[in-house]
Amino acid sequence: MKVFCNGEAQDIAPGSRVIDCLNKLGLDPLSVVVECDGKILTREEYASHELQDGSVLELIRFVGGG
Amino acid sequence: MLTIAGRKFRSRLFGGTGKFSSPEVMKEALAASGCEMVTVALRRIDLNNPADDIMSVLDRDRYLFLPNTSGARDANEAMRLARLARASGGGEWLKLEVTPDPRTLLPDPIETLKATEMLVKEGFKVLPYMNADPILALRLQDVGAVAVMPLGSPIGTNQGVLTRFQIEIIISQAQVPVIVDAGLGAPSHVAEAMEMGADAVLVNTAIAVAGDPVRMARAFAMAVEAGRIAYESGLGAVSKDAAASSPEDGLGFLR
Repeated sequence: MKVFCNGEAQDIAPGSRVIDCLNKLGLDPLSVVVECDGKILTREEYASHELQDGSVLELIRFVGGG
Repeated sequence: MLTIAGRKFRSRLFGGTGKFSSPEVMKEALAASGCEMVTVALRRIDLNNPADDIMSVLDRDRYLFLPNTSGARDANEAMRLARLARASGGGEWLKLEVTPDPRTLLPDPIETLKATEMLVKEGFKVLPYMNADPILALRLQDVGAVAVMPLGSPIGTNQGVLTRFQIEIIISQAQVPVIVDAGLGAPSHVAEAMEMGADAVLVNTAIAVAGDPVRMARAFAMAVEAGRIAYESGLGAVSKDAAASSPEDGLGFLR
């Protein structure tokens, strides 16, 4: 199935959780905050939140800023 | 010692983490500045180039992270960024920035006030970036801002304290700490703000883009300290007329 990560389509296996998606993208879950279909997830939810076909994910992190 | 929302700070210089040439230079410059609170921003990860997490070089026990809402153009966007910052482990502290106009990056007073009120209700410790407007400072304080951050001059311009008259009024009225932010481009600028009685200053660009950011950070730290000591020591009065500093008596032998 397809999910959209930061605007780009990604193919992932049906039944994947958020953590599976982060692992596939090579992102450290501790440095990423995830908004899934408009809802901000807690770190604990990364392992339990199941993605749906067409889910929209925003993957955000801290960067340098003033 | 400076206290904001019950937390004590030994240093009255707050640092930014933007525009440094490398994470290593940033780390060394922040260490040289002696600052204990640093601003950070939130952005989408570029999945085609997921650069290293540059924040991982900073020791979270040493620095309190102050996530900003830079990029927000209205209160709703700022709220979304604030909630993401908290979910990222940024804690409750927040530098609220609402800047609808990319040319001036001046803060929207109405959206800033609205967002401050909502964020305080959600438990955030809000430090709003604001134009140097004394009435707005009081309004922000009334809705629960833990400090106010009036601008010296527009972000990244290095023009210094162009808002001196208004900042003096803000300082004279404020019940919460006043942190002069934005546009402070030289150690003399921060010394001026501190001599006026500002509780702290925030500097990012001027240190990050310096030829030697580490030494410049040290220069800023010294200027902040000098300005604060001068303020606490009581500056002499300013006058238009000259006043001799040598005795006026005892010159009879000359004429």
